[in-house]
Amino acid sequence: MTAIAEPAITRARPGAGQMARWAISDALVMTRRNLLVWMRVPAYIVFTVVQPVIFVLLFRYVFGGAIQAPGSGGYVNYLMPGIIGQTAAFATFATAIALAQEATKGVIDRFRAMPMARSAVLAGRLIADSIRMLIVILVIIGVGYAVGFRFQNGVGGAVGMVLLAEAFGIAVCSVSAFVGLAIKDEESVQAFGLIWIFPLTFVSSAFVPIATMPGWLQVFANNQPVTLVINAMRAMALGGPHFPLNPALWESLVWLAGVMIVFVPLAVRSYRKVG
Amino acid sequence: MDLQPNGYAIEVSALHKSFGKVHALRGIDLAVPRGSVLGMLGPNGAGKTTAVRVLTTLLRPDSGRVVIEGYDVVRDAAAVRRRIGLAGQATAIQLELTGRENLEIMGRLSHMPRGSVRGRAAELLERFDIADAADRPAKTYSGGMQRRLDLAASLIAEPSVLFLDEPTTGLDPVGRLGMWEIIRELVGRGTTLLLTTQYLDEADELANTVVVVDRGEVIASGTPNQLKDQVGGDLLEFTVPDRARVDDAVHAVAGLSDAAPSVETDSRRVKVAVGSRGSTALVEAVRRLDAAGVATEDLALHRPSLDDVFLAVTGHAAEISVDGEGKGRKSQSTGETP
Repeated sequence: MTAIAEPAITRARPGAGQMARWAISDALVMTRRNLLVWMRVPAYIVFTVVQPVIFVLLFRYVFGGAIQAPGSGGYVNYLMPGIIGQTAAFATFATAIALAQEATKGVIDRFRAMPMARSAVLAGRLIADSIRMLIVILVIIGVGYAVGFRFQNGVGGAVGMVLLAEAFGIAVCSVSAFVGLAIKDEESVQAFGLIWIFPLTFVSSAFVPIATMPGWLQVFANNQPVTLVINAMRAMALGGPHFPLNPALWESLVWLAGVMIVFVPLAVRSYRKVG
Repeated sequence: MDLQPNGYAIEVSALHKSFGKVHALRGIDLAVPRGSVLGMLGPNGAGKTTAVRVLTTLLRPDSGRVVIEGYDVVRDAAAVRRRIGLAGQATAIQLELTGRENLEIMGRLSHMPRGSVRGRAAELLERFDIADAADRPAKTYSGGMQRRLDLAASLIAEPSVLFLDEPTTGLDPVGRLGMWEIIRELVGRGTTLLLTTQYLDEADELANTVVVVDRGEVIASGTPNQLKDQVGGDLLEFTVPDRARVDDAVHAVAGLSDAAPSVETDSRRVKVAVGSRGSTALVEAVRRLDAAGVATEDLALHRPSLDDVFLAVTGHAAEISVDGEGKGRKSQSTGETP
């Protein structure tokens, strides 16, 4: 009996290696798409770049004079790691909003009816947003240098600080991705983002020493992850006895890992449930 | 080798899908021959979109079987996705990106070789009349252009089966005609098409076979002409301003079809069913009335609408209340005649 061979290309299921290559290339195509969109919309640039610059100037020149900061180099040195951490967290608003828009507009549906890798929408979003975050962080550091900020702990410390800020931003991104896909309404997503990101970043060591807060608030501020991350960033950027690296560093790494372990699967699950 | 010797591109049997207590689909059967066009006609909430979502692997059916080009949508979803295109009511194009960028990104995500994406995108932009605006952001496009770009995006990887979910809803008449033209051309190239619509005239224009869906069930199916015959076909209507000439007018148009003209005495409105003869009957009526020297007003040909089909098939009107779409008859009016 002669079986008629079916065309290999159409019938064969792609192997694991091919699947992996597609997953990577699809994620990169999505990354490029997301970055192009970001660069085309002036409002996004203003929101993501200009706003943190305004924060730097505001805290450096308006509030800074009234704040006594530990360590050398005055308040601007204390401030910059805090602003950078806050910038990374705020950058994830855009993550949540973009995913919510794609979910409601049916874009995600269209992607899911295509042969592209299932992981590409979320992976492309996360990669694009971490690249965007890195660009913004570098801009902020430049602005910081213009207003008197100086790294005190060498190039290694500076690189370490940027990497930790990125890791922090990516962890917050996973929370935002979940929120965006779960709520799916742009305005609610924005409002909800304010509710959790604002207190977490402001009631921390980002802008003022926690010792100046009332006692009951100190309990929260001292033990929440944003403080731990920013303390570790500050230790890497500035060094010295006022800013010990540990346990802040390993505690923040544990927190970030914990956040990712919880929220990445949640984000993936809500992505699957879209529509 | 033909993957599916029976020649059907889409086969659906006993398809059920519920959302909680809502039975969106209750036993749909379809068989769409390769290269043909199936029009799925029904009001909002009839289950059309749910059906398309199951057929395009976006939703798992509760029970029943869906086979696209020989591949089961549940067991072989990836193979199905490589063979289908989908353009929905919502456009999936990214408005900040140019038409060309949108197409090239969709091509890359469909795993086309990098080299062929560029040429294919340029070809589609040309064919869909977007070439002049290819490098402008899509948000500067008209509604019709955005919809055409969206359709082009769904065609980038040359799918053999295309699903269009209400492709003209929300378009102005010009955009609608442009879309029809493009869809006809596609079908001419042998693409199998499943099209959902709320408009009978759209199904009439584009589909070989029409299924009427209501409350998750197929309540009628056949060619557009068979359906229209069930409805009674086109209706010619006019008003006679001079009451004394009404009888003359009725006499003049009496021979247009087998059906006898009806007269609303108070409004002096004359109606006559002309079956599928439509515009021929319209011209004929004008000639006869003119010859008889009867002046008329509002002479118009009314084509059966979704409502008429529903009335004929189910005995109840289509429940379209959201925005009145599909309500009332579509008219081809000649305005006043002498």
